[in-house]
Amino acid sequence: MFIVDYIKDVYGAVKSLLTGMKRTGYYFTHHKEIITQQYPEVKQTLPERFRGEVVMLHDENNEHACTGCTACELACPNATIKIITKFDISPEGKKKKAIDTFVYHLELCTMCNLCIEACPTDAIKMAQTFEHSVFDRSLLTKKLNKPGSKIREGVE
Amino acid sequence: MPSFENITNSINAWLNNTFNSTIALLLEFVIVGLSVITLFAVLGLVLVFMERKVSAYMQIRLGPNRVGFKGMLQTVADTLKLAVKEGLTPDGADKFLFNLAPFVVMIVAMLIMAPIPFAKGFQMWDLNIGVLYVTAVSSVSVIGILMAGWASNNKYSLLGAMRSGAQIVSYELSAGLSVISIIVLTGSLQISDIIESQRDGWWIFKGHIPAIISFVVFIIAVTAETNRAPFDLAEAESELTAGFHTEYSGMKFALFFLAEYVNIFIVCSIGAILFLGGWMPLHIGNWEGFNHVMDYIPSSIWFMGKVFFLIFVIMWFRWTFPRLRIDQLLNLEWKYLLPISLFNLLLMTVVAIEGWHF
Repeated sequence: MFIVDYIKDVYGAVKSLLTGMKRTGYYFTHHKEIITQQYPEVKQTLPERFRGEVVMLHDENNEHACTGCTACELACPNATIKIITKFDISPEGKKKKAIDTFVYHLELCTMCNLCIEACPTDAIKMAQTFEHSVFDRSLLTKKLNKPGSKIREGVE
Repeated sequence: MPSFENITNSINAWLNNTFNSTIALLLEFVIVGLSVITLFAVLGLVLVFMERKVSAYMQIRLGPNRVGFKGMLQTVADTLKLAVKEGLTPDGADKFLFNLAPFVVMIVAMLIMAPIPFAKGFQMWDLNIGVLYVTAVSSVSVIGILMAGWASNNKYSLLGAMRSGAQIVSYELSAGLSVISIIVLTGSLQISDIIESQRDGWWIFKGHIPAIISFVVFIIAVTAETNRAPFDLAEAESELTAGFHTEYSGMKFALFFLAEYVNIFIVCSIGAILFLGGWMPLHIGNWEGFNHVMDYIPSSIWFMGKVFFLIFVIMWFRWTFPRLRIDQLLNLEWKYLLPISLFNLLLMTVVAIEGWHF
């Protein structure tokens, strides 16, 4: 019967709409749990593997584990990393390759994690910082090795 | 007891004593005009804030809470931002129509304010065809929307305007029919008469099931007429960027935005007048004590309370229901709402003739 179907349609539509309104009405009147976060005051604890930016690990003696092998530079798909090397002269008079500057272009980085995987000595890792906005673009070009730092003994 | 009626009467008396009658009338025009503009600004700020808070609460969020106490000044800040922005006119646009369109929409909204009684005896113009005037003038706003869409010289704007035309023209039918079903009961188009007829109970209670059906149809139809979600096909943020006002920016955009919210207020006040008794307090039959207590609440609070309740219901719709497609939208009107409201009008006429209503 056409008219029965018609009335059933209207009844079903009104019923389902009222069910929806009951749900949102419940949320409106029970305003306790909030699913959003008050961002600047409350910061989320990020997952351990969150990729924010590349940092170089330094220990308390201001020593890092980067040998200047440029594996990360080669692994990087869009030339985010540029490693400038120098030659240290050891007390015995032997020349040894070491990093002068680890240049990291945050503005180019896609956080793909390939440099970290390529690093043979685990000198670099991904940090959890994510508030990277600055007013001057040149501030995004970072030097990752701290001034005066040198390679840790025994890292080859 | 100070009421709006006393205030307006004393201002009228003072102006007529101080100046001659022509100047007094002109000054009254100015006062009324300024009050309407002020009301518009306040309504825009309050309703936008209310919408954002209601939507936030329904989506388990907090909503604006930074500017001012609990975010109260958020809309003021937004308005300031819009006021200092450039009102761009696109190169290919029809400059005259493009700049005229927001004002047409605004002026229509202002015109409909005329017969609305905000409190007992506080009405600009109690003309004898009040409801007809409202329904007639409100359909002019579609011209403003079509004008905006056409003059923008933009496909999306034109599509939005065309949809809006189809939508408003079709939904006006069922809105009009549900208005008529109340007119059948009151026998008068004058708004003061309609309110007076609800002295012993609102029509939604007195008119039995036909009144409830026509109330539901009216609310659905006016939601569609004000182009709000779930019927926001004219704006259609998800398909047409912003529909007819895609190309507008700055204060001209703000006028469209304001007109939308003022139109919600207007249709809700029409709904409150017709079905919920306007400024009339809630009276139940012959419970003298209860009716007496209800009379102590000022009529302006009754009116605003009812209007804001209806506005809340319309906001509730917006933040609950899924959007319709354009064919579903027209199906809903022509296959469901129109037959139902025609049948309902017949039922209401029988009720009125047989005198079954209270």
